Amino acid sequence: MKSLRKFVDKIKPNFSKGGKFSKLHSTFEAFESFLFVPNRVTTKGSHIRDALDMKRAMSVVVAAAVPALLFGMWNTGYQHNLSIGMEATIWENFVFGFLKVLPIIVVSYVVGLGIEFAVAQIRGHEVNEGFLVSGILIPLIVPVDVPLWMVALATAFAVIIGKEVFGGTGMNILNPALTARAFLFFAYPGWMSGDTVWIQGLTSGDGVIDGFSGATPLANAAAGLSEKLPSTWEMFLGTIPGSIGETSVIAILIGAVILVATGIGSWKIMFSMAAGGLAMGFLFNAFAVNPFMEIPAWHHLIMGGFAFGAVFMATDPVTAAQTERGKWIYGFLAGIFAVLIRVINPAYPEGVMLAILLMNVFAPLIDHYVIEANIKKRRQRINS
Amino acid sequence: MSDREPLFSSKNIKLLTNPLNVDNPITVQVLGICSALAITVKLEPSIVMAISVIVVLSVSNVVISALRKMIPPRIRIIVQLMVIATMVILVDQVLKAFAYEVSKQLSVFVGLIITNCIIMGRLEAFAMSNRPWPAFLDGIGNSAGYGLILIIVGFLRELLGSGEILGYPVFEKIGIYNIGYENNGFMILPPMALIIIGVIIWVQRSRTKELIEEN
Repeated sequence: MKSLRKFVDKIKPNFSKGGKFSKLHSTFEAFESFLFVPNRVTTKGSHIRDALDMKRAMSVVVAAAVPALLFGMWNTGYQHNLSIGMEATIWENFVFGFLKVLPIIVVSYVVGLGIEFAVAQIRGHEVNEGFLVSGILIPLIVPVDVPLWMVALATAFAVIIGKEVFGGTGMNILNPALTARAFLFFAYPGWMSGDTVWIQGLTSGDGVIDGFSGATPLANAAAGLSEKLPSTWEMFLGTIPGSIGETSVIAILIGAVILVATGIGSWKIMFSMAAGGLAMGFLFNAFAVNPFMEIPAWHHLIMGGFAFGAVFMATDPVTAAQTERGKWIYGFLAGIFAVLIRVINPAYPEGVMLAILLMNVFAPLIDHYVIEANIKKRRQRINS
Repeated sequence: MSDREPLFSSKNIKLLTNPLNVDNPITVQVLGICSALAITVKLEPSIVMAISVIVVLSVSNVVISALRKMIPPRIRIIVQLMVIATMVILVDQVLKAFAYEVSKQLSVFVGLIITNCIIMGRLEAFAMSNRPWPAFLDGIGNSAGYGLILIIVGFLRELLGSGEILGYPVFEKIGIYNIGYENNGFMILPPMALIIIGVIIWVQRSRTKELIEEN
């Protein structure tokens, strides 16, 4: 560590004003502060700062996503071997999935960080580390068979149109990872839905055993094939087809515990979103007219991307509601809309993405009214 | 009139060129957005729409400008609408007679030229207080500025969304489908037109000094 510090100090003058690489100043600073907490002190304004700066917060989220990622890698191999009727050990499954998922992660990071760094140089500000999280979330919410150039295009779209035009990290209205997914979903629907893209190798159909279907539980439920649904335990554990990181509720719950324990993800949003989904599910159960409406309400929470969306997407501190009461409303409505879109609209079997994006747009409005209500209440207290 | 100015004085040229860039109806005045979203899926309807608007706006600008001293101010909007509606119906009939396929693609949007804010805006803001010749130039300039953006958006959306230019399958001929390229379905949806216009505004504002706002 010490020799690294020395090295960084040695090359530092090159990057400061007037140095050889002064244009790459922000790039240098990004790497320096990624490795070491900066020792600068503030000269004016507020002097008290939280020890938890953005880089540490982002690292925690990435750590929280690791269980889902590891499970997703294993599941990729497991589903593939299932589809071709092969027996494989846990380790073989994992290595197979690792080799399939790694390129997606690399593409997502290279493209996203490349744009972030380029923009930082052009605008002359520090590199924002917001993409560290988006870069790991994007691979987790795409099907494993998606072509890499589409991932690159969607990432570029999300970073430029979804984030940089609004002023970069912290200023974006929509969650960048979900923006990337929405872009893929609308631009290349053939690669984002259906029953072949979720399992590696099924699109080409090489060596797939007869009668094997790669349909996700959600697709089966939407088609009214309740008898084809996997067992509750399978859906909870995650040994089902689906986007890479979204299948295992257990792995996502481990991430949720990390996020809540460190105070980075809001438990209020997670809890209220689950409650909203349940409430809507019970409502559909009460007035069920088709098999999809009849599935147990709590199944909605473990199918598709609901758990992943509630834990990693809806809780994004930038795009979620900021006020405490607003978080309850925001999460609850996101849950309601997710299940509503899922069940009512046959074109969008996965409503979680659209529900969260919709609530992202409404979050500032919710905050506004929560604050207004509070002001009104306090004013009444003075007057009475 | 002794102070007769030449037909193409610098002032008049400005009427023609300003709306193409620094005073563009779509990207600067942000008018006529709805039709720009609706009919730009393909390049051909965009071009036809651009020509239609050029005809409607330039002629009605001249007519209103010629009549401007006779129009009682209290009913001027009605008179303007009458002129626009007449022109739009003429254009619509011509399209139906000579370009039936395109006119079917454009469907109600030819009729909706009547409600295009750019046209009412130019009649009210310019033709009512200027002579016919400058009004004609102003009409051509503004509708050309509108058409320019329409054609850029239509070109991008048809190329990236359907892989064609004016119905000619460019991408298929180049053969990039064979290496895994696919058409972008998002381009066909209206939100993408809005995003493209947004990007055009972004590029224009960062390149044109007059448009850069002070913070």
